[in-house]
This record gives sequence, structure tokens and C-alpha cells, in this order.
Amino acid sequence: MVFGKLIRGLAKTRDSLVGGLRRLVGRGPLDADTLDQMEELLYTSDLGPAAGQLMDSIREANRKGILKEGEQVEPFVRETLLEIMGEASLPLVIGEKPHVILVCGVNGSGKTTSIAKLSKLLLAEGHSVMLAACDTFRAAAVEQLTIWADRLDIRIVKRNTGADPSGLAFDAADAAAKEGIDVLIVDTAGRLHTQKNLMAELEKICRVLGRRIEGAPHEILLILDGTTGQNAITQAREFRESVNVTSLMVSKLDGTARGGAIVSIREQLGLPVTYIGVGEAADDIERFDPDSFVDALFTAE
Amino acid sequence: MFESLSQRLSKVFSGLTGRGRLTEGNIEEGLAEVRAALLEADVHFRVAKDLIDRVKAKAVGTEVVESVSAGQMLVKLFHDELVEMMAPSEEEGSEPISFATARPTVILMAGLQGSGKTTSTAKLAVHLRDTRKRKPLLVAADIQRPAAVEQLRQLGAANDLPVFHVAGEPPEALARLALAEALRTGRDTVMVDTAGRLHIDEALMEELGRIRSSVTPDTTFLVCDAMTGQDAVRSATAFRDVLPLDGVILTKLDGDSRGGAALSVRHVTGTPVRYVGVGEKVADLQPFHADRLVGRLLGMGDVVSLVEKAQEVVDEKEAEDQMKRMMSDRFTLDDFLKQLRAIRKMGSLGDLMGHLPGVPAGLTDQIDEKALHRTEAVVLSMTPAERRRPEMIDPGRKRRIARGSGTAVDVVSKMLKQFEQMRKMMKQMKKGGLFSRLKGAFGGGGGMGLGDMPDMEGMLPGGPEGASSGGRSVPRQDADARRKNRKAERKRRKQGRRRR
Repeated sequence: MVFGKLIRGLAKTRDSLVGGLRRLVGRGPLDADTLDQMEELLYTSDLGPAAGQLMDSIREANRKGILKEGEQVEPFVRETLLEIMGEASLPLVIGEKPHVILVCGVNGSGKTTSIAKLSKLLLAEGHSVMLAACDTFRAAAVEQLTIWADRLDIRIVKRNTGADPSGLAFDAADAAAKEGIDVLIVDTAGRLHTQKNLMAELEKICRVLGRRIEGAPHEILLILDGTTGQNAITQAREFRESVNVTSLMVSKLDGTARGGAIVSIREQLGLPVTYIGVGEAADDIERFDPDSFVDALFTAE
Repeated sequence: MFESLSQRLSKVFSGLTGRGRLTEGNIEEGLAEVRAALLEADVHFRVAKDLIDRVKAKAVGTEVVESVSAGQMLVKLFHDELVEMMAPSEEEGSEPISFATARPTVILMAGLQGSGKTTSTAKLAVHLRDTRKRKPLLVAADIQRPAAVEQLRQLGAANDLPVFHVAGEPPEALARLALAEALRTGRDTVMVDTAGRLHIDEALMEELGRIRSSVTPDTTFLVCDAMTGQDAVRSATAFRDVLPLDGVILTKLDGDSRGGAALSVRHVTGTPVRYVGVGEKVADLQPFHADRLVGRLLGMGDVVSLVEKAQEVVDEKEAEDQMKRMMSDRFTLDDFLKQLRAIRKMGSLGDLMGHLPGVPAGLTDQIDEKALHRTEAVVLSMTPAERRRPEMIDPGRKRRIARGSGTAVDVVSKMLKQFEQMRKMMKQMKKGGLFSRLKGAFGGGGGMGLGDMPDMEGMLPGGPEGASSGGRSVPRQDADARRKNRKAERKRRKQGRRRR
């Protein structure tokens, strides 16, 4: 596990969350004012409902006299966060081949870039990878994925913009099976989870994949934009409602204070986060692990 | 889905209705509810805090008028305060774009990755061309993201808009060259699509500054994803620090996010929201309405749009006349038909109810729109005389009407019976015709009389009986009120006779 990148990527998160926490807690006994400021810190990290939960336990511990000094807060928050995050998520296991990974998410969440990152990771692990450009809706989405495929020198199955994505998915599955490819990654058009017909289209793509390769898609990866607020939870819930989302990848975790959404999603939906995107280059991908995530939040540079 | 704020507040304030006074003590819990709603909507923590302090100062001491609950009162206070915050100030004015006179107008589009800049650029161009008679030239200056240039080209081609790009040129040169190209080709609006960037990426932020100094944009828009969380404030501030922002375009508002980011961005950067993106098609860009976003933010449903819809189709005077007639014996099937049509003009009942807060999603699917059509057909198959005096409809006439409307005799009978019941009920009603009730219910800021909608439907034959059990029968009045009504009615009639 390359800690360095995660730590660098999350530097801003840490600046604002933990840095703030450190500043706060250096001040001796916990008073109401400090608690209020702590609440602000937690909420502004997009922890959302988890922030409320954390504050409740902090306040209760304070009332009970367990938590009296400022310096006790950091270990307490860390422990509580870890408790919420639960077990480490399982890595993406490439089982029977071709292993089909379907990638979905709302518009602009970073699907295409995430696919490029994931492909590079899988290539480095020694797998052969093929892409299916099933975002035939957005202008130039096919071209965008093609550029990545060329850069990574992998095969891409595509049709023109406006083509039927399910038909294309079938062709790709067919090609992957015939050519003995290890992993087929299927890109799909961005869709808001409120658009019923588009969600139905996604279901259809899954069905069609399963018709050509038994058990496909083996993995349905939902890409969530790390800057998204509380809507991230609704998105995850709605996508899971239509297709069997198996894990999440959180993109754009390279800006400012973020990462809070992961806690909320993990806490509310129990869905594992498999990968996080921590930069703009194809290498900027990390396997997600709650321990190191929380550790990274608390590691001083 | 979230429970609507009004519902949550009415629970909190169930004990405090009418004649009370809002005090710091009794609104504390309500304020906490509003705060939770704001945070759930991704309003920045500090913005929410500010707002609550302000409303608290206004609320304390306010008298709760009879007929509204304290919760509704509080929601109204928040609503008004938020609308004031969100709406463009007087000096910002209602014109989103300052058009140049001596040269082509330059519009710069900036924003984070994946916020929807390229799509919004095309949408805005189409909007300006179709509604403002502008001749836009799109400039593909996002040379970072793979195929971004191609994306704008395809959007331009699909919508008959010229797209400018020269391979190998840096964005600031592209903008400058595009301006010259616009002058040469007679385009009067140059729209520069830039690369999405993370606000912490200093190199890219500097690039925006260079584009700005090379073409001096007349208007700069920040494109902002409505689903953004607390980070919205930080990124918007960073953008504002490198280039003066004139407006915000809020995208992906067709999802179910509450759009609290907009409020935060507005509050912190002082930049007004000007347009909203509400769908995948190029036409799906609308001018921004502060009140609508506020309703959404507070989880009140789109009550404002509904009231507007109602106002569009309901003629005040007509409504008043109707009301008077309803109260009298002169309410005829013709009047009924008019009302039916006015309701239909407002859209489908399902759609109408979808606008209301607190209406369960399933309910709107159960409404039988066809019943309204059938009822209309039945009335239309009657002669004018029959419509004025339904008493005269004998079995023979019923058979004719049933044939004419393509229904059955029992449908006609049922409809007539229900009309008679309705007429009786109308006479009993203390005040307000269907419309004034409707309008009263929606017009009163936070006061939403949901109960009125099902009533209205139950009067129609073949309506979705049993779709929702309660609230659809004749409004229950206590015996006292009924007696009083009858007395008033007798008095009115007596006076009528005297005048004659």
C-alpha cells in the first residue's frame, strides 16, 4: 500500500479536519465553545449524519466524565470513526475470466478517468484489460475513453455516439470471451439516479452482459464524486436499488477537506469502498482501507 | 426521501398553534429542525448558523396568527429570509449578462471538473441565440481533458453553432484568436469553455487569470454542481480569488439534491445564481428563481410553482363569481364543467399533487386521470337545459347521455348524485369556493391545506375511491357550525327574496 500518495492527496482533508481538531484540543478542558467548534469541523468535512453521531457520542462521553480533556478527543474521534467504518473492505478479486466490471455513476462523477486509473492498476497486476465504451450518449465520451485506451495500449470496443449501449455491451462481452481477456471494464453514460428510464437502461446492460458471460457483471462499481455532499448517500442507495452495486470508488479526493462522505456512506449503506481517486494522473488511485484512511487523516506530515 | 421540513416542524410545534407568541424557548426545537434540514441540504455549516441567528432575532416576539401554526410561521420566516438572500440584489440587477457594445461580448465559463461546463456552455449558447437573438461563437479552450474539444465540437455541430479551436495553442491564445475570429465572421458573443480544475491546482488557476487578461471577459460564470457538499464554499472562494465572478450556473438540478451548495456559494462569494441546468437536453437551461430553490432547500415541495400555475389559469373575478354561485342554488353543471376544465388546465392531478409537499409518491400514481375526462364527457353530452336543471334528467335522458358520452347509465347516475351532494356541501361550507379554498391553501406562504386536494377529487365520479382512505369526504364540521351555516343560509335566502 502506497501510503505516501494517499497522505499527500488527503493533506488538505487533514489540514482542515485534523489540523483543526489539533488546534482545538490543545486548549485544555473541553468546554461548550470547543464542542461547538468541533461540531463545525466535523460537519464541514461532509461527514453529514456521521458528524451528528460523532458529536452525540462525544457529548455523552463528556457528560459521563470519560472525556474531559481536549487531548482525549483525537483518539476518541479516531476510534469512533473506525467503529463506524467497520471492517476493511475486500480487494477487487479477479475470479473467473473474463471478469466483467461495470462502472456507473451520475454525470461528471469521473467514471472515464476512474476507468483509466483502474485499467492501469489491473495492467500493472498483470491482467489483460479490455474496455467497452457504452457511454454512447454524451458527446465525445467514446473519443475520451478511446484516448485513454490508446495511452494505455488496451483494446476498446466501441460504436458511434447514439448507438444502443446494451448491444454494444453484448458485443464487448463476446469479444472479451473469444479473445480470452482477463478483465472487461464497461463504461456507461452518466445518469442521475432520479431518471427512471436511464436506470432501466442500466439494468438492461447488466442483463445483456449476463446473457453472454455467465455471472457478469461480476462487479458493479459505482463512482461517487468526492466533492458531493449528502446526496452521495441517496445516489448510492438509488443505484443499488436498480443494479447490484458491489462496491464504490470515490473520485476527486484530491481537493480540499473531503472524505467525510465515505464515512456516511459506509455507515449508512455498509457498501465497501474499494478504491479512491487521489489525483489527476492515471496512477492516482489507491485501494481503500478504512484503517489507513482514518490513519491518514491523523498522520502528521 | 427526506420528510418535508413542514411535516417535521408541525410535529415539533403540535402544541403551539394559534394565538401563541414565538419566544426563544419555544422555537429552540424548531430551529434545530430547520438547522438539520439546512445541513441535510448541504448548506455550509457557517451559513446555516448565520441564517438561524438572523431568523431567530426576527422570530422572537412574533405573534402566531390564528389559522397558521407556529411551525408554518417559522418556515415562512426562513423562506422569506432565504429568498431575500438568494435573489439578485438591486445593483446586481436581473440581467445575468453584461453585453459589450463596441466589440463581441466575451463570456468565460469556469468550474471544477465534472461540474458540467461544456454542456452548460452549449446550453447557454442555445439559450442566448434563441431568446436573445445573439450569435454565439463557442471556444474550445479545455485542452486538458481528453476529447473535451471534440465534445464541444459535437455539441456545436448538433445545434448549428460554430466552434473555434486551433490545435496546439494555449487557452489564453485560443480566447484571443477566437475574439478576432468573431469579429471577422460577425459573431457577437464569444463563449469560452475552459478546463475543469481543482481549486488547489495553482497552475490551472493561474491559467484562468491569463485567459482573463487576454480577453477581458464581460461576464464570468462559475459552473457549480448542485450536489456539491460543504466543499462548495472553499472552491467558489478560490475561484473568486483569481477572477471576479458575475454569476453562478447551477447544474444537475434535475436530480434530487437539495441544492444547498448554491446558497453557500451565494452567501460566501456574493455571486448571484443566474441559470439552472435541469436536464440532459440542450434546451434544459432555465433562468434562476430564488423562491423555487428555497422551497426545495427547505423541503417544502415546489409550492411556489404550483401557486404560479394556479394563478395563471384562475381568473380572480371568475373565481369570485363561482364562489358566490356555489353558495347559492344557482350552481349548475355548467359551472362545474368550468371548474373541471380550470383544474385540468393546471396539468394532470398527479402532476399537481407531485408539487405539494408531503404527498406520498405512490398516491400520485393512483389518481385516475381518465375519471376527469369521463366526467367532462358526461356533462358535455347534456343539453344546456339539462346542465342548468339536472333535476329534469329522467331515465330516458340518462340513457341518451350515457350513449353520447360513451359511458353507462350508472356512471351518469352516479355523477349526478355526486353533483347533488357536492351542491349540498357547497351550500354548507362556511366560506370559500373550490378555488378560493385552493388558492387560500397554496397562497398563504407556509399554510398548505393538503386536505383540500383529495376532497376535490372525491366529488368526481369514478375517482380513485379508496386510493387514500381519509380526507376525501365532506369536510367534517361540528354540528354547531352546521347549524350556524344553515341559519346563515336561511337568512341569505330571505334577504334574496326581499330584494326581489
